[in-house]
Amino acid sequence: MCRLFAVTSEEPLSPMVAIRALDVMKEGHDGSGVGLFMTDLGGDLEPFKGSPILSGIFSQEGIRKLDRYMMELGLLTKYKFSIRPSKEPPAGTPHRDVYLIRVYEYPYEWDGLSETEIADRLVKIRVALRKMGEEDQSMMVFSFWPDVIMIKEVGDPLQIAEYLGLDRKGLQARVILAQGRQNTNYAITLYACHPFFLQGVASMTNGENTAFSPIREYLTSRGYEGYMGYQSDSEVFTHILHYTTHRLSLGLDAYKHIITPLKDEELVRHPEGAFLRQLKHSCRFLTVDGPNCVIGCLPDKTLFMVQDSKKLRPGVVGGKPGMFAFSSEMCGLEEAIPLREKNYEFQPMKYDVAYVDASRMEVKRWNQWEKSIHPH
Amino acid sequence: MESVGKIHPSTLSAKDLHWHILWDKDKCTLCGRCTAVCPLRAIELGVHQKREITVKLGLMEKPGNVYSVYHGIDQVTEPAHACIGCGMCTQVCPNSAIYPVLNEEIDKLRYHTNSGGEPRRRGGRRNDAGSLLDRIKFIRISMLTDPALDAGRHEFELRTLLGRILPPEEMIEASRGNSWMPPVREIYPLIIGAMSFGALSPNMWEGLQMGVAYLNEEIGMPVRISTGEGGCPPRLLRSRFLKYVILQIASGYFGWDEIIHALPEMKEDPCAIEIKYGQGAKPGDGGLLMWYKVNKLIAAIRGVPEGVSLPSPPTHQTKYSIEESVAKMIQSMYMAWGFRVPVYPKISATTTSLAVLNNLARNPYAAALAIDGEDGGTGAAYNVSMNHMGHPIASNIRDAYLNLVKIGKQNEIPVFAGGGVGKNGNLAANAAALIMLGASGIQIGKYIMQAAAGCVGSETDRCNICNIGRCPKGITSQDPRLYRRLNPEDVAQRVVDVFLSFDSELKKILAPLGRSTSLPIGMSDAIGIDDYHAARRLQIKHVV
Repeated sequence: MCRLFAVTSEEPLSPMVAIRALDVMKEGHDGSGVGLFMTDLGGDLEPFKGSPILSGIFSQEGIRKLDRYMMELGLLTKYKFSIRPSKEPPAGTPHRDVYLIRVYEYPYEWDGLSETEIADRLVKIRVALRKMGEEDQSMMVFSFWPDVIMIKEVGDPLQIAEYLGLDRKGLQARVILAQGRQNTNYAITLYACHPFFLQGVASMTNGENTAFSPIREYLTSRGYEGYMGYQSDSEVFTHILHYTTHRLSLGLDAYKHIITPLKDEELVRHPEGAFLRQLKHSCRFLTVDGPNCVIGCLPDKTLFMVQDSKKLRPGVVGGKPGMFAFSSEMCGLEEAIPLREKNYEFQPMKYDVAYVDASRMEVKRWNQWEKSIHPH
Repeated sequence: MESVGKIHPSTLSAKDLHWHILWDKDKCTLCGRCTAVCPLRAIELGVHQKREITVKLGLMEKPGNVYSVYHGIDQVTEPAHACIGCGMCTQVCPNSAIYPVLNEEIDKLRYHTNSGGEPRRRGGRRNDAGSLLDRIKFIRISMLTDPALDAGRHEFELRTLLGRILPPEEMIEASRGNSWMPPVREIYPLIIGAMSFGALSPNMWEGLQMGVAYLNEEIGMPVRISTGEGGCPPRLLRSRFLKYVILQIASGYFGWDEIIHALPEMKEDPCAIEIKYGQGAKPGDGGLLMWYKVNKLIAAIRGVPEGVSLPSPPTHQTKYSIEESVAKMIQSMYMAWGFRVPVYPKISATTTSLAVLNNLARNPYAAALAIDGEDGGTGAAYNVSMNHMGHPIASNIRDAYLNLVKIGKQNEIPVFAGGGVGKNGNLAANAAALIMLGASGIQIGKYIMQAAAGCVGSETDRCNICNIGRCPKGITSQDPRLYRRLNPEDVAQRVVDVFLSFDSELKKILAPLGRSTSLPIGMSDAIGIDDYHAARRLQIKHVV
């Protein structure tokens, strides 16, 4: 089972907070990999909020290809934060030339484009780079988006963090998602490593979604190039969330209703049963079949946790105003926020959504029997 | 050498027949029940002379002989009376003195079943025990990465949808604008497929309807049954049970006068309207109710004269194209029930299924597509149609589903599969395999006749006389002397048994796959087959 840890804090944090939380949960994972998602950045990258950041792993040849490609598009490098490891990698971790974190400047031709158009172009560029890199393994691209950094690697999370120097002062974020294992159910590739990201939406999952294949077919047949990859069954959770928020313009409440709809007989008793029944029908191919605990982040920096409808995975939210963490195990939360207010602590069950918005004042709860938060 | 009498080309011996009657003289009490029950008069009481030679010891007396007479059973060898192997003689014999056996050799009868130039017609099945569905295995077993579920204790939602389902974007827009949305039914994925009132006896029909009503109202399983092309009894049309019924309209339009007239008095809408364009057992052929079965009741419900054969045309005569069929017929049927009832076509499996499907995809009203494979059964068809016409269901359903995936409409038009599901008794496994290949639900006919009413038909050309109204079990007969053998209450009980046990078996398949929250439509990663070419064709795993 993957170990998951996410934190949202008023004060920017080093990713080491999350890495250490993963480390105390190590009994339950095999330490075979790490995936990091950071947003609402602080430190050295704080001044570049509006500019897209490319995250990935590149060989020297990959960098050359990248530069040529970006130059052609008119995207200029604004700031480099890349990591070039000088030490020997820990056992089991391959040597990489560059862990790229590079801020770009939009070409002037993009001035006046709508936000949607810019967002779509960023996805197109990321997908194109990923495909170019797959040909000769020279590039692996995890994200290309403003205010987002992603790092993924094979090996023990703590050793990798030390190897890459993730404790460097300038690397800080207010929202961090971290996951501590390579996937076990499909081939090991960094593209299968959680968290997954698409246009401001990120999520990571433990467990296995047995409805993966039909969901993947459904998403790939939506005609949207961002719905690709699927080296892991967990990637569909990110893309269903993206579909819910970006394509259907619905909220987190609808996401929960889509992935774990109420049963037919339950809908009869629900005040919004008529609409929810239609939603269940229309999104039938997006119903997941867990066990899964999902921790994710929305474009507005809201962090959330939901469980599948069998609720067979652990998951806890807790903290104090100003800092909250979402952890697949209690010991992770204990490590990250030992001095927390217990009344905020909550373990979401099968109907619940637990979330902390960007104000970071409280853990909000909503469950599927309540009225929708977002009008539909 | 004694003369064998006059022989002609169609003179057959018992050895030439498909079924032999074995009779034990020692056990037989000569009660005559077997000859009375035989639906084809394939056996008759025989009076035989026997000569016994007596040889005394010594040479004083010459050997003598005594003629004696004994009574027994003779098998008639005329093709028209050839034994069909139904085994009713065995069933009624108090001493188990008689039973039919399959000829080990390929019979000669088959060359002589066309007397008068009329090819053989029959009911039943294709007479091919092979089943690709039986070879599909469920191979994605949940082990340590996700725990297998408990089929007995876990909650399962085994429902499917019948109706045109709007894509989410359109649904939300329609919901906000309070506009019309196509009706969608939440139903159990195993449907009792089209078998008409007429093809089936009144007792059989009543039993099926009672069983379905019980499953819905007492057990809470939303099971649905299609009427087939023969109308629907007036009282059922005006009852609350109509909501469990899919009314079928086919090229003969039989019974639709009665249905249309009942419209203002209907308390409930029917579940759906099925427009039959074809059936798997005799693709490209219309329904065929032989005159033997058209009695007063059937004639009244169908709105036809008594005692005439009712061959439906192979196609709907007023339609000349798929577009027209879809546009005119589907929409006018919607209109009849105020756009509250899903309307969908049923076709024979064919290489042209995808053309039909693509057309339906473009029409916003088409509620589903039912595809009936070559192994579908029938009450009456030409032998050649049953044995040699049609397309297997597995690859046709798979193609249909993958085609929908290609155009992104796999959730908009549910595809239902029928034809040979459970032909060797493996109903749940076959149904689950088809669902994982892409079917939203399954239609069954022969299986329910066998399991709920004791139909003796098999893939070895046993019985198969549904067409002539002499069904020895009273399932497909309109003769009260025959159908009173079937108690509707017993049939209803068996229908309930079948669905409950199917439900348990389906859970036993889905639980180890880790599926419980929705029907695993298109979960092709869970199935595999030991045939390389079949695996490639179906785009599933090849397992050896």
